[in-house]
Amino acid sequence: MRIIVLVKQVPETGAVKMDEETGTMVRAGVEAIVNPLDLYAVEAALALKETQGAEVTAVSMGPPAAAKALREVIAMGVDAGVLVSDSAFAGSDTWATGYTLAAAVRRLKGADLILCGERATDGDTGQVGPQTASFLDLPVATYVSSIDAVTTGHIRVSRLVEEGYEGLDISLPALITVVKEVAEPRLPTLGGKKRARNADIPVWTADDLDVDPGRIGLDGSPTRVVKIFRPQVARKAEMIRAEDESEAAAAAGRVVEFMTDRGLL
Amino acid sequence: MSAEAAGIWILAESSSSALTRVSFELLTRGVELAAKRSAQLTALVIGHDLDKAGLNRLTACGADRVIAVEAPALEHFLVEPYAAVMLKMIEKHRPEVIIAGATSLGRTLMPYVAAKADAGLTADCTILDIDRDTGNLLQTRPAIGGNILATIKTPRHRPQMATVRPHSAPPAEPREGRTGEIIRISPPDELLSSRMRRTGFKREESDHPLQDAETVVVVGRGIGRKENIPVAAELADALGAALGATRDVVDRGWLSYPHQVGLSGKTITPKLYIGLGVSGSIQHLAGMQTSQNIIAVNIDPDAQIFRVADAAIVGDLFDVVPALLARARAMGVADG
Repeated sequence: MRIIVLVKQVPETGAVKMDEETGTMVRAGVEAIVNPLDLYAVEAALALKETQGAEVTAVSMGPPAAAKALREVIAMGVDAGVLVSDSAFAGSDTWATGYTLAAAVRRLKGADLILCGERATDGDTGQVGPQTASFLDLPVATYVSSIDAVTTGHIRVSRLVEEGYEGLDISLPALITVVKEVAEPRLPTLGGKKRARNADIPVWTADDLDVDPGRIGLDGSPTRVVKIFRPQVARKAEMIRAEDESEAAAAAGRVVEFMTDRGLL
Repeated sequence: MSAEAAGIWILAESSSSALTRVSFELLTRGVELAAKRSAQLTALVIGHDLDKAGLNRLTACGADRVIAVEAPALEHFLVEPYAAVMLKMIEKHRPEVIIAGATSLGRTLMPYVAAKADAGLTADCTILDIDRDTGNLLQTRPAIGGNILATIKTPRHRPQMATVRPHSAPPAEPREGRTGEIIRISPPDELLSSRMRRTGFKREESDHPLQDAETVVVVGRGIGRKENIPVAAELADALGAALGATRDVVDRGWLSYPHQVGLSGKTITPKLYIGLGVSGSIQHLAGMQTSQNIIAVNIDPDAQIFRVADAAIVGDLFDVVPALLARARAMGVADG
């Protein structure tokens, strides 16, 4: 089977710092990594490659530096990578990103299965997967926690929803977004790293894709960020010491009082 | 085209033909937006054999009109028929705004529909406002793990679509005597085809799903070992709370993944979060720092969780939890 995995390069969350004065993110010096939630999709693809036999291509949309993210997943075992990169794509919201990624998937002549992480840890929307599926007119299952069976033309998955797990049988081609439970990502191998270094990663620009120039980048994006600000955190923790049992009892009393005051009981 | 679009819509969700809580939270938002824009408020419900009392409750809680689209094929959420129905309704009625819950359904259906409807979509909003003149929806959402808030608008495209974080508004209450129009529609078969089929459902064993809970007790590595989980579970039970866990606890196999709160798990916004032995990594904070009230118990006075807490108990959770249970029970405010 042919599998496409969509990956995004994101700033390392633990390293993100905020400029307290301007309320903006300090990106300088922050390491760029493969979106951690995409690694579960990569692993799910590689597991299918092992059990079913598959050719796995990773596609990423981002600045030229995002080629590094593609090399990282090639080092894990992905067969090939394509970078979708053009200043014309800059400022894309999820709608324009899904539109562009769908065009890249079409240029790859589609796939039996497209895998995505549940969401990216920077934008945190989880919209690009379903939107890409919609532009490709494919069925989509989100929050997939396990791939239970793959048969000719079908895939069976479990999907984690609020109250439990939903079983789905989906006809292929399809797009699924996965959650952490689907697989534990493997580490890159030495051989993989070598392959990744030497891999030829084509860069596709707007000219390489069948896209309407009015529907890409900032101009093609329906949404606009109009303001970014710091949340007003009015929290100031009341420190309550409970270093022995008698203090614990007093602390418990104070906590119950706190909950009662705020109508939490 | 945008000049014609009018009306505020909410997508009410049903589960086993009953309407979910988030539907009424959306009505709270919808009533505010519709009033400000002097617009009609419509609740769209998709499902099968919907309970009449539930539909009436939507009007009593503020919907001027309820459109219920019903068919056996719509009993459970499947993205293709649900999207086809919604797109049909958008085409026919041209709403200006559609909001849905940021639930597993809303976060799948809304992007699928927005792509095909050429509509802007903003995820997981916690604040919504509308410009009374232009009808531009001001959609504010936490980003970068809750470290910033971004306000987003969709100036040229209609409808404007947004998913709204559950628990970010109180559910609307019914007002006696308030009624509205209820329209029940059976969609034509061509809207109902699906390349996906539901094969079954396995309910999670816990009584309280994490994302719906008003109170969540979260276990961190400070719980020590799997055998100690019942200490936290007893408190959760007594408070009628859901049980959550940090990534560490899930990775160690002490609780299953559906319990995980944080960047690679669930984002929760309960009324009360109680962290037991949770250190408060940035990844965990990303999933819980918008909780309305935060109580944390940790033996380390420098634990990061205390930075976002309202009440910070520095002590051993194995002393504090039993004391807390005893006190709450003595006051008759906890079960058991």
